[in-house]
Amino acid sequence: MAEGKVTIIGMADLAVCTPPDGITTLGLGSCVGIAIRDPISKVGGLIHIMLPDSTAVANNKNIPKFADTGIEELVKQVVEKGALRSRLVAKIAGGAQMFAFQSGNEAVRVGDRNVAASLAKLKEMRIPVLAQDTGDSYGRTVIFYPETGDYIIKAVGKPEKVI
Amino acid sequence: MANLSLEQLTEQYADLLKELGNIGAGNATSALSQMLDLKLDMSVPEVRLLEFKNVGQAMGGADQIMVGIYLMVEGDIDGSMMFLLSSPSARHLVNIMMQTPDATGENFTEIELSALKEVGNIITGAYLNSLSMMTNLAIVPSVPYVAVDMLGAILSVPAIAFGTEADQILLIDTQFFSDVKLEGYFVMLPDMESYSKILSALGMGDHTIS
Repeated sequence: MAEGKVTIIGMADLAVCTPPDGITTLGLGSCVGIAIRDPISKVGGLIHIMLPDSTAVANNKNIPKFADTGIEELVKQVVEKGALRSRLVAKIAGGAQMFAFQSGNEAVRVGDRNVAASLAKLKEMRIPVLAQDTGDSYGRTVIFYPETGDYIIKAVGKPEKVI
Repeated sequence: MANLSLEQLTEQYADLLKELGNIGAGNATSALSQMLDLKLDMSVPEVRLLEFKNVGQAMGGADQIMVGIYLMVEGDIDGSMMFLLSSPSARHLVNIMMQTPDATGENFTEIELSALKEVGNIITGAYLNSLSMMTNLAIVPSVPYVAVDMLGAILSVPAIAFGTEADQILLIDTQFFSDVKLEGYFVMLPDMESYSKILSALGMGDHTIS
């Protein structure tokens, strides 16, 4: 695979790219990284969302912060860059419970809620989820290459995996 | 009652917030120093207002492996407190406490993690006690929780908690270090309402922070 430029995105942030470039986000914790791609045009994008639902909080101006508004925006941007809306497919990673207290009641299990909200939004938008690596209790660094659709996941003390 | 944005709060009260960090971290550093019988220095506290996308770059990079000891704070002040140690520092600290000078690596045993939590408990207690005495506000920390992971993943937890109210995160952090290999951060993260309570407790008037 040709080595392209890799863009780094942070929390509540997104980026779109074309081959051979990639996009990475470092240290996803309870946040979720949603990668979307059109396998024919090979245009893709990655978003790092922090919260499940923009309608649940008063301050919801920050579009990429939420699963619902963020995924819509990501889809819009990959389509603008040349992806065909009906061909889009997705992979997701993250949503860990970093600290033991987060395994308590639903309100504090924000990782699980982020994953559930991301899957629900993708389903609503009829974007198939090809693979996911979510939950558990460790952080993940992810790199997405729209050229191949490879979503590389690195975690501390674990072998690198590609989904 | 005056309305303050997070930017205005940071600008107008930077010195005051730094002083809170200074007193809190000063007490925490001396507690740690006494516990380990080591000389420790600390930096001038930083009051940082960060965009979420820049949180990872703070304190040495999102993919840096760190040990994070996290306590939720309740009472008059709500929020969280974090004690962060670089992985080699945590190893060094554990080796001093457990008297296992030859142990290496970032795989900590249950007992070692428990020791780290206890250190976190004692020194964040010193930090929060001094804050409580200064403001006369009740500050009740939870039991400590520990994670050994990438800094970005650890900080995602307080960032998400702050993110339900704001689009930036305001934190007060202080670095400590020694001539032997021990370095880390104390990070204090009151929620927005608590910042206004702190200001009014210190006689700075009534503010709503939004």
